[in-house]
Amino acid sequence: MSRLAVPKTYKLFIGGKFPRSESGRVYEILSTKGDFVANAALASRKDLRDSVVAARSALSSWSGATAYNRGQVLYRIAEVLEGRRAQFIEEIVSVEGATAAAAAKQVDDAIDLWVWYAGWADKYTQVAGNANPVSGPYFNLSVPEPTGVVAVIAPQASGSLLGLVSVIAPVLAGANTVVAVPRFDAPLTAISFAEVLATSDVPSGVVNIITGKPAELAPWFASHADVNALDLAGAGDLDWVDLQIAAAETLMRVLPPVEGVPAASLARITAFTETKTVWHTKSLI
Amino acid sequence: MSFLEYAPAPESTGLLNLRENYGHFIGGEFVDGSGESFASISPSTEKHIATFAAGTDEDVNRAVVAARKAYDSVWSKLSGADRGKYLFRIARLIQERARELAVAETLDNGKPIKETRDADIPLAAAWFFYYAGWADKLDYAGMGANPRALGVAGQIIPWNFPLLMLAWKIAPALAAGNTVVLKPAETTPLTAMLFAEICQQADLPAGVVNIVTGAGATGRAIVEHPDINKIAFTGSTAVGRGIARTLAGTGKKLTLELGGKGANIVFDDAPIDQAVEGIISGIFFNQGQVCCAGSRLLVQENVHDEVVDRLKTRLGTLRLGDPLDKNTDIGAINSKVQLERITALVAKGEAEGGERWSAACEIPEKGFWFAPTLFTGVQTSNTVARDEIFGPVLSILTFRTPAEAIAKANNTPYGLSAGIWSDKGSRILAVADKLRAGVIWANTFNKFDPASPFGGYKESGYGREGGIQGLSAYLEGGVR
Repeated sequence: MSRLAVPKTYKLFIGGKFPRSESGRVYEILSTKGDFVANAALASRKDLRDSVVAARSALSSWSGATAYNRGQVLYRIAEVLEGRRAQFIEEIVSVEGATAAAAAKQVDDAIDLWVWYAGWADKYTQVAGNANPVSGPYFNLSVPEPTGVVAVIAPQASGSLLGLVSVIAPVLAGANTVVAVPRFDAPLTAISFAEVLATSDVPSGVVNIITGKPAELAPWFASHADVNALDLAGAGDLDWVDLQIAAAETLMRVLPPVEGVPAASLARITAFTETKTVWHTKSLI
Repeated sequence: MSFLEYAPAPESTGLLNLRENYGHFIGGEFVDGSGESFASISPSTEKHIATFAAGTDEDVNRAVVAARKAYDSVWSKLSGADRGKYLFRIARLIQERARELAVAETLDNGKPIKETRDADIPLAAAWFFYYAGWADKLDYAGMGANPRALGVAGQIIPWNFPLLMLAWKIAPALAAGNTVVLKPAETTPLTAMLFAEICQQADLPAGVVNIVTGAGATGRAIVEHPDINKIAFTGSTAVGRGIARTLAGTGKKLTLELGGKGANIVFDDAPIDQAVEGIISGIFFNQGQVCCAGSRLLVQENVHDEVVDRLKTRLGTLRLGDPLDKNTDIGAINSKVQLERITALVAKGEAEGGERWSAACEIPEKGFWFAPTLFTGVQTSNTVARDEIFGPVLSILTFRTPAEAIAKANNTPYGLSAGIWSDKGSRILAVADKLRAGVIWANTFNKFDPASPFGGYKESGYGREGGIQGLSAYLEGGVR
């Protein structure tokens, strides 16, 4: 006799907790064959605003942690993800219709991407920062600092896990906190990934994941005065020019949409940093 | 004549050889504009200096066509070494004509000759000298091998440091291999036209630098021109927002250097004499018409009275008057419009309960002047603590702990500059870490250098000017 399975309730991930949408809304996730798989929470504006509050609260301690510590936390994500490979492969096969081999490759690539960005956490400052030989008795140093709270729209037509990781990881490597909207029609991996984050020493609020419609949520990001940067990687099918126009109101930093999954790059880290230059006076001896 | 009184020592304007009318500088030639003209006056005397052309859409288009042609046919084919040599030539010509440029700048802008002579002009030359050396070393700009120029850059600069802002814009753009169309501010176009003469003397290929004079409409024509690849703007946050909206969706690179409301934090262990000098240079340098001015003084409560007393004493010795006089500390406000804005904001500061103190100075009859002014008893919610005044007005607030100082300093949508005064190095480092500002001066203020990146966080804009970061703002691509 076969055992009756216990299905998971897929919820949001805000401030380290897994709440349902305050709106009470859900939407159906179907397998590629059209079978019901799960109900996902359909995030509202209020959920989004709560996420931004959580991300803002987490910023000071995350950006104040040592770079070595942040690197270890990111590496830990890779470790925990590796341990749950099978679950992610199953979710990808069921909802995205990928072959088992393709799904496995997507998960492996996502794990390896965490390892790559983890390694950058304590290095990008050395590569993107510089000592400046100014004319005068000053010690003058430029360093890249986190931009702050970053909202991201994950790729909507590429592998759901790899797409999400490719936009979240560089933001975290740069010591920012993030609110992410994952792929709308394949959000299961995103919420399972939130469980990975919750067990990976990532402090509460550093990553917030809200499943929902990018077209509904993105304008609230663009007009949110406490969002410092907006990554429109997966917003190519939206009226993203209007989003960029709205974001100009607060001079929010905006990254335009990309085709597919953004390539791993140092530029993705530095895109969410601000150069701070400090002039220290030297005494005349 | 008593101690601290000086005989007048004005710089002669005799070394200027100005034209009565200036057109635009397009394709290496001075050409007539197709629209109206306007006059530039000296803000200290309201006397006419010269007439300039108000650039039309057609004028801007001519300049962009010239810049594109120069980019395609000459500048993009030149070696980096040769581009650098042109920039070195320009740096040297600025140095050779430094006194003339200083006098012209003071005449047109109203700032004291000691500032143009010792800061604006030498820094403009230094900017060209610094970026000249980058032109053949772009592989080291941090973007990988063989980064590419963007093409034609449109650049719009303000009136507070006319020639220096021109240098900040043109030097890195040309070093990176771009050609430019630049618009100086409508109240200060003079030194840009003298710079055009320098381009001719340097034998810079025609069309590499194009200068179109005019006001907001001319700037808009540059921002909206479809054949411009990059916009760099220094000015108000309001205009910067508009530019960001206009460029949305175009993929054009954009650098914005916008407003600020810099906090200058004085701890009780600070060297007070130096701090007083630094506070004064922070807010009264260039009559406070500086985007990175230290316009909010945050002083630790237990030294508040001492610092304020010393500030008043020191401000009492500053000399306001003829900007061409070598002994003048405080020059004229750049324009009637700006003077009215400052006056209105100061009136608001008084109405909201701030206690105003202004230095007793004799205000000349003609021209636009504002005496150095302090506000004490300022609350964080007051207009004078929030809005950029862009004038010689310092708002003084107090704090008790470093955490309170940091919170108050960061309590602004701007994030351009900040100052920290303390004798304790470890505290300076810790506070600097927490301040959300692009440029921080510790035990100094308002220092600028071509090797040092400058630019803001938050609503003070994005992108950096100066240093390696300022170079990459004019490049793309590169193979890592």
